[in-house]
Amino acid sequence: MATTEQFLALFEPRGVVVAGASTHPGKFGFVALHNLLACGYRGKVFATNREGSAVLGRPTLPSLEDVPAGEADLVFVCTPAASNSEVLRTAASKGIKAAFIASAGYGEAGEEGRALQDELVTLADELGLLLVGPNGQGVVSTPVSMCAQIVAPYPPPGRIGIVSQSGNFVSSFMNYAIHSGVGVSRAVSAGNAAQVGVADVLEFYAEDPATDVALAYVEGVSDGRRFFERLRAVCEQIPVVLVKGGATAGGARAAASHTGSLATDDRVFDGMCRQAGAVRAATIEEAYEAAATFATQPLPKGPKVAVLSTAGGWGVVTADAIARTDLDLMTLSADLLRDLDAELPPRWSRNNPIDLAGGETKDTVPSVLSTVARHDDVDAVILLGMGIQGNQGKLEREGPFYPDHGLDRIVSFHERQDHRYTTTAGALADELGKPILTATELSISSPDNPAVRGVVESGKYCYPSSNRAVVALAHLWHHARWRARRGL
Amino acid sequence: MPPASAGGRAPHEPPISRTLSEARSKALLARFGVPFPEERVVADPDAAVAAAIDIGFPAVVKLNGDRIAHKTERNLVRLNLADEAAVRRAAGELLAAATPADGEVELLVAPMLRATRELIAGLARDPHFGMTVMLGVGGVLAEAIADATIRLVPIEREDAEEMIDDLTTQNLLRAFRGEPPVDRSRLADVLLALSRAAVVHPEIVSADLNPVLIVGGEPIAVDALVEVQA
Repeated sequence: MATTEQFLALFEPRGVVVAGASTHPGKFGFVALHNLLACGYRGKVFATNREGSAVLGRPTLPSLEDVPAGEADLVFVCTPAASNSEVLRTAASKGIKAAFIASAGYGEAGEEGRALQDELVTLADELGLLLVGPNGQGVVSTPVSMCAQIVAPYPPPGRIGIVSQSGNFVSSFMNYAIHSGVGVSRAVSAGNAAQVGVADVLEFYAEDPATDVALAYVEGVSDGRRFFERLRAVCEQIPVVLVKGGATAGGARAAASHTGSLATDDRVFDGMCRQAGAVRAATIEEAYEAAATFATQPLPKGPKVAVLSTAGGWGVVTADAIARTDLDLMTLSADLLRDLDAELPPRWSRNNPIDLAGGETKDTVPSVLSTVARHDDVDAVILLGMGIQGNQGKLEREGPFYPDHGLDRIVSFHERQDHRYTTTAGALADELGKPILTATELSISSPDNPAVRGVVESGKYCYPSSNRAVVALAHLWHHARWRARRGL
Repeated sequence: MPPASAGGRAPHEPPISRTLSEARSKALLARFGVPFPEERVVADPDAAVAAAIDIGFPAVVKLNGDRIAHKTERNLVRLNLADEAAVRRAAGELLAAATPADGEVELLVAPMLRATRELIAGLARDPHFGMTVMLGVGGVLAEAIADATIRLVPIEREDAEEMIDDLTTQNLLRAFRGEPPVDRSRLADVLLALSRAAVVHPEIVSADLNPVLIVGGEPIAVDALVEVQA
């Protein structure tokens, strides 16, 4: 049973040893040391190299024996499988409490590797070591600027804790973090999960002050019943977003060859997640967006959604998307209609979606948004059509006529306005404790758009389409309802 | 969902489970609160007629026995029997249809219920997650629709309510063709009853309530098959 102290050795070590650092830039032992040094890890860094050769211009130690006792808590192991028992023994004798094994050649490599893996776990248990992997990609911990991984990337700091049975998806999630600005607290690939599995890491995240939401990729679980009970206990503390590979028969065969775990009837897994209170996402990007939403928006108190749009079509497809969920495209009450009539020209939709019909003056968007969000009936808002002014401003700024003909002033005004709209949305969400989700494809096509920047600077996630915002909000509502029904 | 009985098992392997008769299956589940129609187990056609008079026409007569699991396939169910003569004839035919392999058999006499809506519910063991409880849309299109939801036993009332919410075919649960909406609380009771039965009787391998008819908005299971470890 993994302890908090062991997990702190993994995620907040006083020092890290890269065992098996290499002088060859193509080797994992080189990359791991590079990434650790390049991302600004704050603790001490040691590296071992059999020949004692310098790596990246830094001296190395010929053996783990030479690491000063008590100065490192984590060993990142890139040495060949055959020498790793010795590595663990020596590491433990130096006061190291956690080992991340990147080395391959274990359970994924057939019977012989499986036996080697079992021996390694037995030894780690005897030594009181937390053993993550083997055959894992690495571990990231932004509170201590640690990127102990054999690949990129390194994400911005944030509140999402990632655990994955596939290293590649750790990278995928962190790439989404880089793109969106909604960052990560910890990330770890479980590799073959020989000693530490997904549930162990989730239990640590539930108690981790740096983590508000857990994001997990799983292919299979070895003890389903126990996994369910542990997952439910975690979900009572923090939201868990889970995406499962191997949900279809074809995917299950691929997963079985990948992790050696059996797939189960997908409907059983689905029901298990709902019962445990976990959010099950259908795709990797949906999973990240759900986690980013939990990390940055309050939980809705009910299903009633108001859609605010600067033009009709966006609102229409968003209404369609809401109809496919348990969210409720609310009817606007008489008093809210009256308040909006006072702020908008007569041609506004007088309906939800609230279509401003191009009737904006300088203050219309922030003012109407505030009126809608503050109304007691409204549980959540989806804001559409932001960034139009900034997008025109961009064309003008980059065109041949800038800055003459008054373009400098109007471009600057457009940009200020768009930025203000979305920062207002972020501030209102925080002030009112209601989710306000901004969606625009400009988050992909023009990430420097001032509206998009306003979302990112508010610490929120800018959804690339309204339907994706709706799906994320529906996940929030499901979890909120699960909690409310159980008095949590 | 088909029962988890070992249909695919090679014939030389010893049986690892056995089914209970319909009457015994119902008696077991009724103790936990699964609603069934009032029905009688009788030995011969005379008693069947008396039972039908008592319960009321039209009636249903089925052949009942521990080794009779799949009555429909063997035409061992007679529906919509309008009078005494029809019940007597059906009872005689069913007893005559019994084979020595069926072992001891009896007749089960029940009222003929009509419903436009059918659900299915049951218990099944998942190899990874253990005993599960299921709710689905039943009837002739059940397999085509495949609208079903599953939870791990034991469930709480909240889980049962969420299972009902999970069904995609929500319109089927609302007021329908002049009938009142499904009583969701009563339907949740059925799922909770199945869950409790599985907890108290760990020897249960699977259970099927197929169909659960919606009569006047109330769920009522008109057939049951429980499989237990041998």
